[in-house]
Amino acid sequence: MSSLLSIKNLGVNFDTPRGSLEAVRGVDIEIPAGTSVGVVGESGSGKTVMCRAAMGLLQGSNVQRTGTVVFDGNELTAMTKEQVRDLFGSGMAMIFQDPMTALNPVRRIGSQISEGLRVRLGMSKKDALVRSKELLELVRIPNPTAVLKSFPYQLSGGMRQRVMIAIAIACNPKLLFADEPTTALDVTVQAQILQLLRELREDLKMSMVLVTHDLGVVAGNTDYVAVMYAGEVVEYAPTTKLFADMRMPYTEALLESIPKIDHKSGTRLSVIAGRLPNPTDRGVGCGFAPRCKYAQEKCHTQHPELQKDPDGHLYRCWFPIGEAL
Amino acid sequence: MAGSGTAHMRNSVDSVLTVRDLTVEFKISKDKVVKAVSGLSFDVVKGETLAVVGESGCGKTTLARAILQLPPPNSGEVIFNGTDLTSLPKENLRSARTSMQMIFQDPISSLDPRMTVQQLIDEPLEIWGRGTREERNERINTLLNNVGLEPELVLNRRSYEFSGGQCQRISIARALALDPRMLICDEPVSALDVSIQAQILNLLQDMKDQFGLTMVFISHDLAVVKAVSDRVMVMYLGKICEIATPEALYSKPAHHYTKALLDSVPIADPTRQKITELLQGEPPSPMNPPSGCRFRTRCHAATARCAEHEPQLQEVSPGQFVACHHPIV
Repeated sequence: MSSLLSIKNLGVNFDTPRGSLEAVRGVDIEIPAGTSVGVVGESGSGKTVMCRAAMGLLQGSNVQRTGTVVFDGNELTAMTKEQVRDLFGSGMAMIFQDPMTALNPVRRIGSQISEGLRVRLGMSKKDALVRSKELLELVRIPNPTAVLKSFPYQLSGGMRQRVMIAIAIACNPKLLFADEPTTALDVTVQAQILQLLRELREDLKMSMVLVTHDLGVVAGNTDYVAVMYAGEVVEYAPTTKLFADMRMPYTEALLESIPKIDHKSGTRLSVIAGRLPNPTDRGVGCGFAPRCKYAQEKCHTQHPELQKDPDGHLYRCWFPIGEAL
Repeated sequence: MAGSGTAHMRNSVDSVLTVRDLTVEFKISKDKVVKAVSGLSFDVVKGETLAVVGESGCGKTTLARAILQLPPPNSGEVIFNGTDLTSLPKENLRSARTSMQMIFQDPISSLDPRMTVQQLIDEPLEIWGRGTREERNERINTLLNNVGLEPELVLNRRSYEFSGGQCQRISIARALALDPRMLICDEPVSALDVSIQAQILNLLQDMKDQFGLTMVFISHDLAVVKAVSDRVMVMYLGKICEIATPEALYSKPAHHYTKALLDSVPIADPTRQKITELLQGEPPSPMNPPSGCRFRTRCHAATARCAEHEPQLQEVSPGQFVACHHPIV
């Protein structure tokens, strides 16, 4: 299968007053056309920075990027800001975690959806508004005519996220980056938005990168999952394979910490003790070792290399689950 | 389907909090009124955790604030420790509030960024003149240890230097400073990562056991409240749908709305994805709630009767009360 997006040995460092901050290091991800890839990890694990770098953003003077990102035959890492921008909309698009701050508060919804259509597809103002209304119908907004004339503050969180999705899919992108699209929403609305994304992906033949901190969200919505920890991909596998046979102790701990509906009431939840290592000083061993219940001497002194099972399951651990110590 | 009734009231002598017929309305213009909470009754007994669950806009937070008289409700009674707070003079209310504390959703914005952790936790103690400076410092250290923070490391730092989970720990220490009898937690873990959620939920459970607290725990996620609650109350548009023990509510929900909420929770197992009818749309406006049962506009089991008569809470199994004309059996 040909890759739509291919990330090779991606690293992102930020210069900060406290020294160089290594946000992402050595990330390799292939996203085949037509698939959905989940990126899972705690706050600060580098999920969002990885996505932004994968979109060819992060070109500031205080950022050092290494590695290559190839999207649809274009090497983003070698392109200028302007060249990358030409890919947005029809090549790739993004939806964000907080739909209120991502939308312009002083412009009507109609003009915000039309903008991409007019700039990218060269539509007239009138045609763009007609298409905007169709897009609102596509994302199942009731009464689209009234919503076109509304301002973001007049809509609920779920509605705003639907508007964000309408803007993102307006120019038929090949790849959609969804950065925690449902974290700010209620569970009922979350279920609706995830269902909508699933259907749109099928109808529009769109690939998706779904970033989330919740393994429950990736379970039914992705084909592959990349688990990130301290800036690295620590496990990568097809979704069903990952849940059936996880190798990385961090993934297991993350899964166990989710409050579940079939959890016995009144019992303690399992937690991941401690916190992510300091990003300005990653240390020598495995970043997860201080929090890992299986950690051995070797984990604290040597950084684990990416291991590969014969079936392509990748993980970064000296003592993976399922192997005798 | 969201209705009224008092069948679920236990009238126990152990009640720490009894709310009767609570109504909160906000006037937003001459003829527009938001009916946030409509005729709600419930009680919480000593040492119990009551979870209040519902979507955004169902009146959960308004309810929490009305209990604390922030602002006072339009009508109804809030009886805390035997006193009706709604009729209490201002000064007595102020001292009554010391024994009921609140924890908010956004841990970072609920702490003053200009105050150090020491000042944040000392503030309530100082206002109420609890002990000398040395005694108060002692107490601050104990509280920080209780919530799992290292006093020497955190005392002189400010809220922006901490992660969300740590800020929520500080909020909990601050809420516990005055030895409250009751803690009202308004979505205390919604803003946190799943891995941190479990830590805070466990901590709240520990604090409850250690200090014999009674809790009202508000959340939109039924999975989150399962671990901590003794009784769960499901709300929709300012009314109660169902109130039951978690065992009954999770294994055999009787209200269609409860079932829809349970079906919305994502399951972390790709082989067990449910193909069910999702709850579509969003709740109607609380300015103009539907007649009869307020959930009927989104309910697939709704009939003409639901539009005409408001369902009353009735017991469908021991301890499980539901306000629905067509409960799931």
